[in-house]
Formats: sequence, structure tokens, C-alpha cells
Amino acid sequence: MGENTALLQVENISLSFGGVKALQGVSFDVKSGELFSIIGPNGAGKTSMLNCISGRYHPQQGEIRFREQPITKLKPNQRCNLGIGRTFQNLALFNHMSVLDNIMVGRHHLLKNNFLTGGLYWFTGARREELEHRQQVEEIIDFLEIAHIRKAQAGTLSYGLRKRVELARAVALKPDLILLDEPMAGMNHEEKEDMARYIIDLNEEWGMTVVMIEHDMGVVMDLSHRVMVLDFGQRIAAGLPDEIMDNPLVKKAYLGEEDEQPSEESAGVGEVA
Amino acid sequence: MSLGSSMRPCGDFRTKYASDMTIFATPVTRYLAVAFIIALLFVPLVGSPYVLNLMIQIGYYGIAALGLNLVVGFTGQISLGHSAFFGFGAFASAWLNNSLGIPVFFAIPLAGCLTMLAGLLVGIPAGRIKGLYLAIATLASQFILEDFFARANWFTGGSSGAMAEYFTLFGYAFDTDQSYFYVVLFYVVLMFTFTSNLIRSRDGRALIAVRDHYLSAEIMGINLTWYRVMSFGISALYAGIGGALFGHYLGFVSAEGFTIILSIQFLAMIIIGGLGSIYGTILGTIFMVLLPELMEWSTGLFSGMMPDLVQSLAYIKEMAIGLAIILFLIFEPEGLAHRWKRIKAYWKLYPFSY
Repeated sequence: MGENTALLQVENISLSFGGVKALQGVSFDVKSGELFSIIGPNGAGKTSMLNCISGRYHPQQGEIRFREQPITKLKPNQRCNLGIGRTFQNLALFNHMSVLDNIMVGRHHLLKNNFLTGGLYWFTGARREELEHRQQVEEIIDFLEIAHIRKAQAGTLSYGLRKRVELARAVALKPDLILLDEPMAGMNHEEKEDMARYIIDLNEEWGMTVVMIEHDMGVVMDLSHRVMVLDFGQRIAAGLPDEIMDNPLVKKAYLGEEDEQPSEESAGVGEVA
Repeated sequence: MSLGSSMRPCGDFRTKYASDMTIFATPVTRYLAVAFIIALLFVPLVGSPYVLNLMIQIGYYGIAALGLNLVVGFTGQISLGHSAFFGFGAFASAWLNNSLGIPVFFAIPLAGCLTMLAGLLVGIPAGRIKGLYLAIATLASQFILEDFFARANWFTGGSSGAMAEYFTLFGYAFDTDQSYFYVVLFYVVLMFTFTSNLIRSRDGRALIAVRDHYLSAEIMGINLTWYRVMSFGISALYAGIGGALFGHYLGFVSAEGFTIILSIQFLAMIIIGGLGSIYGTILGTIFMVLLPELMEWSTGLFSGMMPDLVQSLAYIKEMAIGLAIILFLIFEPEGLAHRWKRIKAYWKLYPFSY
């Protein structure tokens, strides 16, 4: 795949919940190898957009293509086979499993054993398969520096660590496109710096295309190759970070109007800079 | 600190990932478990028929309870119709043997497979509904199957029940408690090992993922419908094998035995033992099988003082089971397995608390 081909193409997506129009005719594309950010005030439809790409919501209109293959109709669990992984805004770990098992669940679609062969473990290659993937999962654990907690129960961890485990789980999917929904929400400065480093490494060293939602403007502007701005379900701007900073519409969306309407999407503590 | 990470003995350094993926936490616990099973092999030589009978009961109920724990404890669904599968397995095995002439040796696993098909059928609603609605759907399946047992003369012998032949292997009939004990022990070891392996491999993890967070499980590539329905099928497989062992032990299968009460008792076993715990399942089964015996024994003690007590024994048994469940839900909702973990931690860490 060439450097400039679009990995993900989103065309004219509209999504509504009853009378609430979460997304109205949003189009964009993400090139292979890009680090693409979606920003916007709370309730703008950012997470809805991500949910459409990952398959949790099915848009009423429009089409999403991944590697030029339409995926709009696919179920969420079929999309990770194609190479789409994501993290969630509100933590969505398997709380009663160990960190290691959580990440191993990410390998699910790459593993081949079923109920029968899994139960017969030693005789069917399930053990060998587990070992191979354990090796690769350990590489992810090393990369994200969570080796010390690999046996801990995920539900007992601190917020920052849980976010990191969630990232590890998404990385374990071996995606080509990774969708990060507010990877730095609720983190302190140091944790943010770490997370920013991981995201850059994922993009540059692991070769993943990243689509990120983030409220911390400093992070977004420093990390992103391109930025799209949503407001009230509509795309109001898209382009290079510097262009976005100077865009009057964006300034208006963030600072100007009183857009304090209740929104269906309760975004967390957003720092709107 | 979570119990799991701090409970490794000091000096236990692992240099291979394989040594970190074993069923038993340390080699010592593995040797102890193997030694325990070997010790069990000698029980028929020394145990009284009464003890053997109780242990065989623990065996076949334990296998069925393990199946229920897969669907309730591991996948997080509810099933109120487990005893119907248990009965289905018992009838299926007797039917395969009586009508088709399949030897009991093969009839038991085949009955498990037939029950699995029935379980998959019942599990289809589980692909779409959850919680209380699923509870009602499984309750309905319990009554449908009970009715089926009473009416399907060709399959169950109807109200007169079905005869079940003894388990035979190479002409040797396992027709005593002493010999049948080994058959049950074999299946218990087989099924519990199988489950331990299942849980530490791909599909077992998928079941737990569906329980803990089904939305993110789906994003991780797990087909929710498939795993929800399959967990019912697998649980029915266990119940079927447990039921078949039960049938060939008693030699006679009657439709009256598989009521909702037994389903509740299966639920009690896994709640008391520990939802989502494999060895908790066997602990809970031991508890539930021994509880009525204990009640009988203690009422016997008091019968000298209070002769009326013996007459109300049946009620006291029922009430004791109910009371045990309530007390466990209040004081140890995570079951005997969790309590055992706490006791181990206490000894290991004494005199410190963590």
C-alpha cells in the first residue's frame, strides 16, 4: 500500500437517535500511516463517529470503506479481522481477568483453537499457540511498561494503568488502524507525556495508522498530522494542525457560542484549551 | 495488592512462559493434586458403601454443576433449567443403550452430545436476551423438557421410567459402588481437566470476556451470539454426562427426579462453591451433598431429647439448604473458593495482614 492511499474513507455519514442528529453528512479520509485527530466540543459527535467506524453504531446514511472495501454493514467482531482496533473513552476492560488475560483476549481473532481443541490443550497445539502469542503479548507489555502488573486483576488497577492496559489490548489485535477515544482523559501531566510517546511509537515504529479523539489541544496539535473538527455533528474544519488553530469557525465553536446544550454523549473531563 | 500476584512462594522464579501458564500455581500444588487423586483410587478398598455412595453423588453432580458454572459463572448468563439437561442425559444414555444397543461405554459420551444439541436449542434465545428474560426462557425450557420426559414414551418410557444397564467394559460389569466409583472418578478428572484447559485457552477467555464487558468483547472480535449459545451447549454437555453417570449408577431413570428443585440445587452448588471457579464447583457440590447428611446426623443426635424432630427431618433439610444459600450470599458471596484463598493467604502472610 502506497504512502498516500486512503486507508479509511468515510463518506457522507449521517447518524441520528430519534430526533437527535449525532452526525450529519460527515466525510473524511485517513491515509495509511497517518496520525489523525478528531476534536470538537462535548457532544459534537466524535465518539459517535468512532462507534460508526468500529461498528457499534450503524449509520443511517453514508458509507465507510476500509482499504476500499465497504465495511458499513459488517458486525463489530468482523471488523477486527480486517485490522481495526480501538480503545474506549470510559474504561472497558474485563475487570475480573488478569491484565495478561485481558491482552490475550485481544489476540482472539488471531488464535485458531476452539472449545474442543482448547480443552484438549496439550494434544491439539493449543498450548503451542498460547505460548507463541504469549511471546508477542509480552512484547506489547514491555513496550507499554506494564510488566509489573501483568498478573494483577484489571479491575483493581489505577485509572492511568487501566488506560494503558486498554491500549495494550487494542495493540494486541494487531490492527492497521487503531482508534483511540480520549487516550489521555483524566491523566496527570507525566502520564500524558508517556501516553503521547506510546502513540507516536505505535504510529512510527509499529506502523499503525491512528485515529485519535482528544481534548488536550497541546497534545493534539503536537502529535497529529491532520486534524478534523466536529461541532453539532457536522464537520466544520479539517486540515493541518496549524490551519485548524487559525480557523475562525473552530475558534467560534470552542470559545464563542454558548453551546451548553445537554448532549447524549457525556464526555469526561475535557480540557478545552 | 491482588491475591494472585502476591501469593507466589519466594524463590519461585520462572524463566519460561510455559511455566507461567500451568493449571496449578506451583509444582507443589500440582503434586498434591495428583497425590490426592491417587489417594482417591484407594477409597473403594477401604471406604464404606455409604461413603462411596456420597462420593459418587459428588462426582456426577459435580460434573453437572461444573457445566452450570460455565454458563452462569464464566459466561455470566442465567440458567434455571439445568436439571432438565441432567435428566435428558440420563434418559438419552439409557435410550441409546436400550433401543439402539450402543454399549454404555459409548452411550455416556454420546448422551452428552445429544444433550448438547438440546442445550444449543434452548440456548438460542440466549443469543438475543439477557438477565431476567433469559431466566424465564430457561425456566420454560425446564418445564417443556419435564413434560417431554413424562410423555415421550419411546424415549423415556413415560411415567414408568427407563431401565439403565450397568456400565460394562470388556465384559466386566461395574455394578458395585466400589467399581463404579472409578468410572465416575475418571469422568470427574477428565471433565475438570478439560475445563481448566478450556478456561486458559482462547474460547474460555472469550466466555469470560463476554461476561465482564460484552461491548468491548465484541470489538475484540468475539462473536457474542456464538459464545452465548455455545456456552449453553457446553453446559448441557456436562449436565448430560453427569446425568448419564447418574442413570447408570441407579439403574433406573424416572421423570420425577429432574424438577426445578434440582436446578435450584445446582445453582446453590455453584453459588456456595464460587461462581467462575473450577475447584469452587467441587467444593460447593461437596457442601450441598453433605449438608443433608449432616442435618440427618445432627437431628439423630437430638432425637433422644426431642423425638418429634425426626418426623420433621425433611423440612429441616430443605430449610437448611435455603439457609445455607442465604448465609453464603450475605457473608461470602464469592463462595468457598474465595474463602479458601483467604485462608491460604492468612497462613502464608501471618502475622501480617497483607
